[in-house]
Amino acid sequence: MKQYGFMGYRRENGAVGVRNHVLILPLDDISNTACEAVAHVIKGTLVVPHSYGRLQFGEDLELYWRIIIGAGRNPNVAAVVVIGIEPLWTEKVVQGIRETGKPAWGFSIERNGDLKTIEQASRKAMEYVQWASEIPKVECSMDELYVSIKCGESDTTSGLAANPTVGEAITKLVEMGATVSFGETSEITGAEHVVRARAATKEAGDEFYRVWSEYNDFINANKTSDLSDSQPTKGNIAGGLTTIEEKAFGNVQKIGKKVTYKGVLKPAEAPRGKGLWFMDTSSAAAEAVTLWMASGAAIHLFPTGQGNVIGNPITPVIKLSANPITCKTMSEHIDLDVSDILQGKMTLEQAGDALLGTIQRTAGGRLTAAEALGHVEFVITKLYRSA
Amino acid sequence: MVHFLAHGKNDNVAVAVVDVKSGEACECLNMESGERFTINAGMDIPLGHKIALRDFTPDDTIIKYDNDIGRVVAPIQKGRHVHVQNVKTKRW
Repeated sequence: MKQYGFMGYRRENGAVGVRNHVLILPLDDISNTACEAVAHVIKGTLVVPHSYGRLQFGEDLELYWRIIIGAGRNPNVAAVVVIGIEPLWTEKVVQGIRETGKPAWGFSIERNGDLKTIEQASRKAMEYVQWASEIPKVECSMDELYVSIKCGESDTTSGLAANPTVGEAITKLVEMGATVSFGETSEITGAEHVVRARAATKEAGDEFYRVWSEYNDFINANKTSDLSDSQPTKGNIAGGLTTIEEKAFGNVQKIGKKVTYKGVLKPAEAPRGKGLWFMDTSSAAAEAVTLWMASGAAIHLFPTGQGNVIGNPITPVIKLSANPITCKTMSEHIDLDVSDILQGKMTLEQAGDALLGTIQRTAGGRLTAAEALGHVEFVITKLYRSA
Repeated sequence: MVHFLAHGKNDNVAVAVVDVKSGEACECLNMESGERFTINAGMDIPLGHKIALRDFTPDDTIIKYDNDIGRVVAPIQKGRHVHVQNVKTKRW
């Protein structure tokens, strides 16, 4: 098998990253302003403003911790400055990130005010940026990568070609020893028996089915119609997808024909080893990619039909499409055009290898279309109302 | 030139891979069996949309990927467009 090495960043805990961000991380919504000020003052930092972090509780709070701490732990991040309104939760995030061995420091606004906090945090951010800029890239191999996969604005060309291309690529990635995660729990509806049967063990299949049933029950309990106004989306329908079942069978082409998954992850939970893992996620693109980023994914593969434009600030999102109209009219968003498959001018194996090449180049530092265009969607999944 | 692709051996619909005009004699390829056949488009069918490979009556099942993808809710003649106007989910 062809070897696909790349020059990347091996972090203190051994995890391999493909970017070298110094992250300015708000603990909560009201700390966004100070964080954005720091990111403005100190060049080369990355800020991820978001809308939550106050008065969450229970499972919703546990998920929130996994997302915020996970963002800091992601191997594409070299160091983190955390700013929160008060010191205790701020320190919890800092400690969670420091477990990886990477530098992290927290600042709290109460008893300091924004201005003093911004000054102190900026000095720390400057120290981190200058330190991180000297971290050397080292030779890494594909088996050290953790790649997540999710499609969006799918159409029938997704199921015919773009998703099977991802299936080819991840089959080879898993054979090489890499880590891969798929999910989109609600969107597997109609093909749930296929995914249940693809588990490596009966326990994993049963756990998938339990998680899927719970999500499906939630939809049935809250729906006001047959969901034909939102799932499939208007874009899906314009692209020829008629029902959730059709969408589901197209969706599961992404896991290829033979790889089995080892287990089921909670939203934003890190995989417990190499190989393929199912993660319980929403099917909304920015929410789902943020969950995989927080679970440590270094690269995300995003096949699209009608042309979803999503990116992520921390994890590069590689887009591919087999829809010739999308590849022509939205070419600036598409990293890999596999539309030749539809006319038999390209085989799935050739497309899969081309995608592995794109992964290798992205891992080596080439900016994705979404990165070049500045797509930095960081969207926290919230399970229910705050207290 | 291929106009339509079908996924599974038992599929009763196929997907347009080019924009197809009404009355056009179209080549269809079944990707699993390798079988090729001709079908006349009974109406315009845009790229990505499905064509009926046989006649359907209400409560028939549409098969794609060799699997059930929904229920027919209005009659569909062979060669015509299969979509939300004549097929609904069996879920939700």
